[in-house]
Amino acid sequence: MHEAAALPVSRRAEAEGAVRPLEGLGLRVERAGRVLLDIPELRMSGSEITALMGFNGSGKSLLLRVLAGLVQPDAGTVLWAGRPPGRERARRLGFVFQKPVLLRRSAAANIRYALKVAGFPRAEIAGRTEAALASAGLQGLAGSPARVLSGGEQQRLAVARALALEPEVLFLDEPTASLDPGSTLAIEALVAGARGRGTKIVLVTHDAGQARRLAQEILFLQQGRLVERASAGQFFTGPQSEAARAFLEGRIHI
Amino acid sequence: MNGRFSALACAAALGLALVSGGALAADKFIVVQSTTSTQNSGLLDELLPKYTAKSGTEVRVVAVGTGQAIKNAANCDGDVLLVHAKPAEEKFVAEGGGVKRFDLMHNDFVIIGPESDPAGVAGMTDAEAALKKIAAAKAPFASRGDESGTHQKERSLWKAAGVDVKAASGDWYRETGSGMGETINTGVGMGAYVLTDRATWSAHKNRAGYKILVEGDKDLFNQYGVILVNPAKCPNVKADLGQDFIDWLLSKEGQDAIAAFRINGEQQFFPDAQKSAS
Amino acid sequence: MQDFGSAVWQALGLVASFDRDLLEIVLLSLRVSLTAVLAAGLVGLPLGAVLAVLRFPGSGLLVVLLNAMMGLPPVVVGLVLYLLLSHAGVLGPLNLLYTPTAMIVAQAVLVTPIIAALARQTVADIRGEYREQLQVLGVSRRTEVATLLWDARYSLLTAMVAGFGRAIAEVGAVIIVGGNINHVTRVMTTTIALETSKGNLALALGLGMILLSLTILVNAAVQGLRATAARTAYA
Repeated sequence: MHEAAALPVSRRAEAEGAVRPLEGLGLRVERAGRVLLDIPELRMSGSEITALMGFNGSGKSLLLRVLAGLVQPDAGTVLWAGRPPGRERARRLGFVFQKPVLLRRSAAANIRYALKVAGFPRAEIAGRTEAALASAGLQGLAGSPARVLSGGEQQRLAVARALALEPEVLFLDEPTASLDPGSTLAIEALVAGARGRGTKIVLVTHDAGQARRLAQEILFLQQGRLVERASAGQFFTGPQSEAARAFLEGRIHI
Repeated sequence: MNGRFSALACAAALGLALVSGGALAADKFIVVQSTTSTQNSGLLDELLPKYTAKSGTEVRVVAVGTGQAIKNAANCDGDVLLVHAKPAEEKFVAEGGGVKRFDLMHNDFVIIGPESDPAGVAGMTDAEAALKKIAAAKAPFASRGDESGTHQKERSLWKAAGVDVKAASGDWYRETGSGMGETINTGVGMGAYVLTDRATWSAHKNRAGYKILVEGDKDLFNQYGVILVNPAKCPNVKADLGQDFIDWLLSKEGQDAIAAFRINGEQQFFPDAQKSAS
Repeated sequence: MQDFGSAVWQALGLVASFDRDLLEIVLLSLRVSLTAVLAAGLVGLPLGAVLAVLRFPGSGLLVVLLNAMMGLPPVVVGLVLYLLLSHAGVLGPLNLLYTPTAMIVAQAVLVTPIIAALARQTVADIRGEYREQLQVLGVSRRTEVATLLWDARYSLLTAMVAGFGRAIAEVGAVIIVGGNINHVTRVMTTTIALETSKGNLALALGLGMILLSLTILVNAAVQGLRATAARTAYA
């Protein structure tokens, strides 16, 4: 609770405290008769960074989208802080894709657009935009077309745009998969900073090093099922499931 | 950078406004439904400026085939009708489409054809006999096929010659379904004989060795008439302005202007308005 | 054929002499076609974008119809408009027959399906890229349409240019509703038709070359704009 006091007042104050669990109950997604996701019960604590890990096709990106409300599950409910995301969903979440989707506008205009859509007061938009750009070290590129920025700059901009909305939950889908080490660290610093301000973070990553650096909690998925849930320390030192061991050792697992 | 697009859009809009500003604003005008022969020959280009200079009324000409001109006038789309198919014109007046028909001028039709003259009609002065020879030789003949005055004349000539062109359509008889000039172009392209009014032929540039082969038959007489569209049926008709134009055409001044029109030094239309309205 | 050589000389001669009648005809052509394309864009671009974004009963049929209407025969459009605008028609009292406005309407009708269909494709492409991000931001359908139209603006210029090409080259519709009246409704294409009917083939061809040059100029200008946009990654 003490963390909440350090938060910006405006939007955070409306929420019910900083520590909000993220829950999924009876989540099930099927496509063409194939079960892509089947997770009877899932709880994440509100204050930690949770990393979703697993082989390709394990369903981690799908789970991320279901939790974010971008994909409707065939069955089950998602609760944020005890209630469905509902109509306010868009105002409560940020989502960063592996390949950033930037509008054909300047870097600053990309952030302004998101703020405007989210309904921030007109008077605050310029200031918030400036702050968001500065947080990502992009203040010098405010007027540059977003799509001529380097890959690392584009992803920093995407993260800054998501965080400018002060979301309750930030979802990241392999945000650094195509970035160099320097850019990766810059993104990780932004993400860690957001956690410090009380945003719940769920991250899909293949990068064990990244999960180790950022996450406190690891969820390991295999074939649409949750096979292991552990603290980061426990997961990386002694994974319980055969699949997770194979994953960490870099073995092919069938 | 975004400004560049907006700036361009503004420039385009401004340019458009400027271009639009150049629109003609004359409101004293009449619309004349006329035939292509009067326009293509250049007659109207000579007559109309004279009239406009005198009256201040702009004359807007829609030049189409006689059939379409009469239909347009029957739809009230025009103030004056100036065409050359007397029976159709009289029918138009009788049905209440027009006020009164006046003879305006005449010229004549001619049959043109290639120098090789496959049907051997060169020098003939009997149109019926010439058409019979063309039909007998199955030499290609290009017809307007568009209900124009020329087409109506041509059909009456075939009928008099006792030739059933319908049966030959698509064979040696080719209906172009287009204007006089286009039909000449088509005929020239396929080496076909063509019945045309003399004025259009005289002004036509794409001759490709074609010559007048048959002329001088009194059956080839081509009478033009002028009619005021009936304001009782069509309230939009500018009866005063239209009648003034007709009066001028029929006056000595107008008739002299028609007679003065020359192509290559040759008179094309022969004014004959002295006769009273038919 | 010596007509081609002669046509080039006639075209150059006309342009060099800055012929007043020619200038008037060219300006009217531009005015009619640009206005028609602008009007068609105002309808066609949002229509295309809406069809790209929304799925509703009958939207598939509408797309098929739209694509089919790209092939509308100009003569048919001209004829239908003539029947409507004629003094004997329902819109006769507007007194629009044989005016440039009637020609603008005719060309706009011809061009709107082209712009809408091309816009739909363009917007659908960019939407494929933006959809998830816009969903994340929770934009409304209306805002989505506006955003996609704005961000696709340079690509949509291509649709507008395609429409312009069809409009300025079209003769069948404008000659019927315009009447090809000298100094009033005579444009490049109807002049070409008239000169052809007079057998002035070289002059007609020369005018055709001027028309083509105009179209090339407009295309080049838009291409230049798009190239600039591509450099700044706005396209």
